[in-house]
Amino acid sequence: MSKQRKAIALISGGLDSMLAAKVVMDQGVHVEGINFFTGFCVEGHTHAIRENGKAKPNRNNALWVAEQLGIKLHIVDVIEEYKKVLINPKHGYGAHMNPCLDCKIFMVNKAKQWIVENDFDFIITGEVIGQRPMSQTKSKMPIVAKQSGADDLLLRPMCAKNLPATLPEIEGWVDREKLHDITGRSRKPQITMAKEFGIDDYSQPAGGCCFLTDKYYSAKLVDLWKSHGHKDYELDDVMLLKVGRHIRPQKNFKLIIAREEGEGRFLEGYKKEFISLHCSSHAGPLALIDGSVSAEDLYLAASVVARYGQGRNAGQVDINVTDKDGSERTLQVKPLKNEEILKEWYV
Amino acid sequence: MTKETLNARRLLCPLPVIRTQDRVKQLKTGDLLEVICTDPGVMQDIPAWCRINGHKVLETKSCNHEYIIILEVGV
Repeated sequence: MSKQRKAIALISGGLDSMLAAKVVMDQGVHVEGINFFTGFCVEGHTHAIRENGKAKPNRNNALWVAEQLGIKLHIVDVIEEYKKVLINPKHGYGAHMNPCLDCKIFMVNKAKQWIVENDFDFIITGEVIGQRPMSQTKSKMPIVAKQSGADDLLLRPMCAKNLPATLPEIEGWVDREKLHDITGRSRKPQITMAKEFGIDDYSQPAGGCCFLTDKYYSAKLVDLWKSHGHKDYELDDVMLLKVGRHIRPQKNFKLIIAREEGEGRFLEGYKKEFISLHCSSHAGPLALIDGSVSAEDLYLAASVVARYGQGRNAGQVDINVTDKDGSERTLQVKPLKNEEILKEWYV
Repeated sequence: MTKETLNARRLLCPLPVIRTQDRVKQLKTGDLLEVICTDPGVMQDIPAWCRINGHKVLETKSCNHEYIIILEVGV
């Protein structure tokens, strides 16, 4: 009796990785999923901080995909290790701060380590030739296989027929003829496959599964690095970039202003790490000050925060300032007018 | 059988799931784990993680913007 072969599938929560896993499962291979949390994953529930958009399913799509496929999912925290990838990517950044090729190499390398430790046979990804301009091209795919150390243990079932045969195909663990030859950015072949499998609910985020492909998020990250004078970061730094309105009136500080109640509650948790401001005379948002501020800066910050509260048209409002140690004071300020908040202040 | 508590407050998903997963690895079948979180996403994600990994959710509750899940470790 032949040995039951085992594969680990990189599951992002999107359709391609779901289909890739399904194709291999249907060939009798035992498949489990693995998902890496870098701190920049769209699949994180950061968007769930906000009260808006509750109609959308509040689910983690990687978990959901695993459940639909009936496979285990191993979620791995790679936040610390990922810093090296993002800070100094050997193959550079994409259109924004996305180090896609280095990221893919990193994740496949982590999967390779995982299969060695867990006695699995090979790795599956949902990559499609031509799908992503930086990492999923015919010339880049061998780079991922080689530099990750996975070599011919890396099977891409969605486009395998357009690539050299891998060990699972050569050894007959999977039938190459039952794999696919999809290329390009069209989603039609995947949608057809999904229909054939009876899959009618799946996630297809426009920018992929990573905040680093987002222009606005990347701009905030670059601003963070510039203001810190270095590229190192903590998880809280990059989490806060996803929350609130970011306004930098001066080089030495920026404001993070909650846009609604859910964000306000989230920012409350940072009151011991940042000076916080909120309007006490009118309803208004909570804001954090990231940076060091003079008395003059603090007045300016309070005037900006006042603009986003119900007292925006009042002659004067009271802004409560809470220091990191919990001590409080009140500033009376005149809210800035809309046009006084300069466009270039918005990060 | 032991009962442990995991403080996952202020963590955003999937970190509460990852911390739960890591703690469950150290427990035995039948042990109970109470996970206390502030991200409402856990009410979907931890039960989903339990279902696909063979653990049983005994109770979920929310109070004062905290979300508590009690699970029993499976085989």
